[in-house]
Amino acid sequence: MAYVAIADRDHEQHLHDPQSFVAKYIWSQDHKVIAIQYSLTAISVGLVALVLSLAMRLQLGFPDTFSFITPDEYYQAITMHGMIMVVYLLTALLLGGFGNYLIPLMVGARDMVFPYMNMLSYWVYLLSVIVLCASFFIPGGPTGAGWTLYPPQSVLAGTPGIGGGIILMLVSLVLFIVAFTMGGLNYVTTVLQARCRGMTLMRLPLSVWGIFTATILGLLAFPALLVSGIMLLLDGVIGTSFFMPALLSMGADSGHDGGSPILFQHLFWFFGHPEVYIVALPAFGMVSDVISVHARKNIFGYRMMVWAILAIGIISFIVWAHHMYVSGMNPYFGFFFATTTLIIAIPTALKVYNWVLTLWKGDIHLTVPMLFVIGFIFTFINGGITGLFLGNVAVDVPLSDTYFVIGHFHMVMGVSPILVIYAAIYHWYPKITGRMLNDTLGKVHFWLTLFGTYAIYLPMHYLGILGLPRRYYAMGDTAFIPDSAHLMNQGISIAAGFVAIAQLIFIINMFYSLRAGKKAGSNPWKATTLEWQTPDTPAKHGNWGHDLPVVYRWAYDFSVPGASQDYIPQNMAPEDVPTSDASYHGEEGQHT
Amino acid sequence: MAIALGILFLTIVTVLFHIFSPWWWTPLAADWGFLDLTVDITFWITGIVFIVLNVFLVWVIIKYRHREGLKAHYEPESHKMEAWLTVITTVGVVALLAPGLWAWGKFVDVPEDARIVEVAGQQWHWTFRFPGEDGVLGQVAVAEMSVDNPFGMKADDPAGRDDILVNSGELHLPLGESYKFVLRSKDVLHNFTVPQFRVKMDLVPGSTPYSWLKTIRTGRFDILCEELCGIGHFAMRGAVVVEQPAEFEAWLDTWPRFSDVLQQSAAQASVGQAQFAVCAACHGAQGEGNQMLNAPRLAGQGAWYVARQLDHFKHGLRGANTEDAFGMQMAPMAATLADDTAIRNVAAYIASLPATDPAATLQGDVELGAKLYGTCKSCHGEQGQGIWALNAPRLEGLNDWYLKRQLQNYKSGTRGSHPTDLYGKQMTLLAGMLRSEQDIDAVVAYINQL
Repeated sequence: MAYVAIADRDHEQHLHDPQSFVAKYIWSQDHKVIAIQYSLTAISVGLVALVLSLAMRLQLGFPDTFSFITPDEYYQAITMHGMIMVVYLLTALLLGGFGNYLIPLMVGARDMVFPYMNMLSYWVYLLSVIVLCASFFIPGGPTGAGWTLYPPQSVLAGTPGIGGGIILMLVSLVLFIVAFTMGGLNYVTTVLQARCRGMTLMRLPLSVWGIFTATILGLLAFPALLVSGIMLLLDGVIGTSFFMPALLSMGADSGHDGGSPILFQHLFWFFGHPEVYIVALPAFGMVSDVISVHARKNIFGYRMMVWAILAIGIISFIVWAHHMYVSGMNPYFGFFFATTTLIIAIPTALKVYNWVLTLWKGDIHLTVPMLFVIGFIFTFINGGITGLFLGNVAVDVPLSDTYFVIGHFHMVMGVSPILVIYAAIYHWYPKITGRMLNDTLGKVHFWLTLFGTYAIYLPMHYLGILGLPRRYYAMGDTAFIPDSAHLMNQGISIAAGFVAIAQLIFIINMFYSLRAGKKAGSNPWKATTLEWQTPDTPAKHGNWGHDLPVVYRWAYDFSVPGASQDYIPQNMAPEDVPTSDASYHGEEGQHT
Repeated sequence: MAIALGILFLTIVTVLFHIFSPWWWTPLAADWGFLDLTVDITFWITGIVFIVLNVFLVWVIIKYRHREGLKAHYEPESHKMEAWLTVITTVGVVALLAPGLWAWGKFVDVPEDARIVEVAGQQWHWTFRFPGEDGVLGQVAVAEMSVDNPFGMKADDPAGRDDILVNSGELHLPLGESYKFVLRSKDVLHNFTVPQFRVKMDLVPGSTPYSWLKTIRTGRFDILCEELCGIGHFAMRGAVVVEQPAEFEAWLDTWPRFSDVLQQSAAQASVGQAQFAVCAACHGAQGEGNQMLNAPRLAGQGAWYVARQLDHFKHGLRGANTEDAFGMQMAPMAATLADDTAIRNVAAYIASLPATDPAATLQGDVELGAKLYGTCKSCHGEQGQGIWALNAPRLEGLNDWYLKRQLQNYKSGTRGSHPTDLYGKQMTLLAGMLRSEQDIDAVVAYINQL
């Protein structure tokens, strides 16, 4: 029987008819609208987390000045900042946002395989955000247990938000995981089942590979967070002792007995470390595609890049306890986890080499997306290198729980993926809206962000080597900390202010260009991947008009010798390729 | 072009920052030099990678930036180059990992001659316990912990009888000795960190992780908690004093053994009543306080807290600062109490006096005070009743003018800045959250109405 793509079968067609406003933009089942809903929600809640970080920086930089930050509020701010940024912004934006937008378009599908579940995924995600944010408005406020929520303290008196904050946090996480699972099953199924004709796995753009692998990681890792969240909820609400040994709370025996606090840490980091790659792999994938388009050159070592993504994904499940070298677990584990952690550096380093080698001998267009990509390569080299310190158990011990750690993970997991997200937004905004983002505003945004974030995080590494501990509301008089370190903390806070302003410039650009941006046309960057070959820009519901695309080549046919244009779209048949001379050989065997 | 120069600039700034950073390791005080060495090795290897990669990136951007007529080279992959890069990276990783694992091998392997000391953490204080002659720490249990037995020692364990109980946040260690720290938590996770020692490890309730070191120089070093343990986390400070063995032995002798504690007779309020006559001159016959004489109300205050303050006055931890005129009045009075027994007796009598609510003398924004007190309550209790386990005295019923003065003293460092007054230091850190006199009035006004 001839193969018919799922999205092509007749009975599916009615799903893609024009619909009323509410069906189109609110209860939408169109992956593109859902992607925008996810993205706007994630960015909004991310702005809340940004404001929280400024509150923290005001306290740390000027500990005697701002009377609105008590220790309670400080710990609530760091907790909510961390959790929102990692889960509700980065994970939601990269998978719910970009995953939703790019997967069906890039694989040549009309939509996700389960559009209704996709819609549910967004609404449950929104509910999780609302539940989380509700904790700001209840008596006692949100939890201040730190984003890792380590028991016993996260559910005991002495930690802010013990009444309702921690409960809302855990309920919200459970909802988020439900939402993610519905979305994630969709992404995986769509990649595996709904690719158009000719789109073999080894022709997929790396964005899809990154998002696909990250989604599988998420489907395997989030359940660990789910069960630990539920067990912690039970410990806190009905007094079970999964994670609670016998202990004293406010001078009285708490009545718990026999539980293990370290068990929670194992479960948390069994989720938490893959989570780093749930964020990183989509970013790795998208950066590969953006860099290739703007350097007019094929990604260097495509197959190596795919294998590196898969290798990183697999190894990421056996490195989790490098977050726990000083947790009090059996110290002999340190040997194993240090080894696996440094092994994962090898495929990661190869990816970095391949990005730089993609630029090498390229035709580099220094567009705004390309600036962000180059900024990303720089910050990722920096953040990756400090990871080699913290992953190597003996080196980690003096640096653990200091500012060095803050510097490291913000470089590698904060700034790096966010620079990629910006690269991706500047790159795909024309397809999403039909208009270009303003270049000048984009450049101001880029330079302030790159220099500002580096001014924040570079000095933190050295303050950490000095021994400045993280999660301190105030240092007070501490003999080994010189005045210069306090002064540096002020400087960092001022840099943070500039970075925050830069993000406002971006927000303004996003809205300004929606109306006033230059019209983009269907393929302004002359890219090869399918999302740029849609009949309409922005693509309509159903994406492809009457006929699904057919793919003839890999995603990176740039500057092919003999072709008269420097890119050949994936869906261009070999006989249609305009050639300038006889040296064009059509398909390069190994990439088809 | 600008981006190439920008990346080059950041690369150079990074290298210069590294070379000229005024922030670097604190001078080492433990025999963990090879931990520093592994960090140095890591800096050298990764530093070279950082420079090479970024300089190459800059060169590529400059050389291959778009110009009219430039066409990218078409070369999908180069197996040879990828193989080489894999090999070089692997070599680099092995060069990092090998010294790292070797150093870790040292850490997990505690030398047999290492002596033992228990480091116990609780919200938000440190205490310490030496095992005595038998070298074995006696058993403890949460169920045994009380104001009279803060360590939770089990009376029926003979191994515990000779344990030396250091109920203070200051630990002394002899120079040139190896010590294994047995880490124990009474409540939540903590982390025993002394930056100059490099090694750190979490304290976990329900289990006893360890770390170890050999002291190599004398001095006084800060203990920091480095695992988030609630709102007092940043104020959970202590100190380690490394000194000559003879000084150490003398210090250790000042602390009681558990057997001493067991034999200690109960404090006698009736005996303390006689000594209270001196106190009554200022504090009033019922300990009700007298604002004219700047003497606060004492009645109802926990005996353990009164005893500690008398001890501090007696030994110059409080009332020795010339800025603290009223404290200086108190110091010679405390000196009239001959010994610990006298102090405990008078404290017991004070605790037995009936508590009354003194009249308010100041006004403040109670609503703001309630918000600020949200932090205070984590130690002093919802009702300001005081909690012994947190070393937090009763506030409810204290004179507001006295509370205000003490908060001002903590803020200005008049109280709590004596180097061995670690309880006071904690309050100086927390009083930092009160940014103005208005804040102080507010929180005191709130306490007034508890």
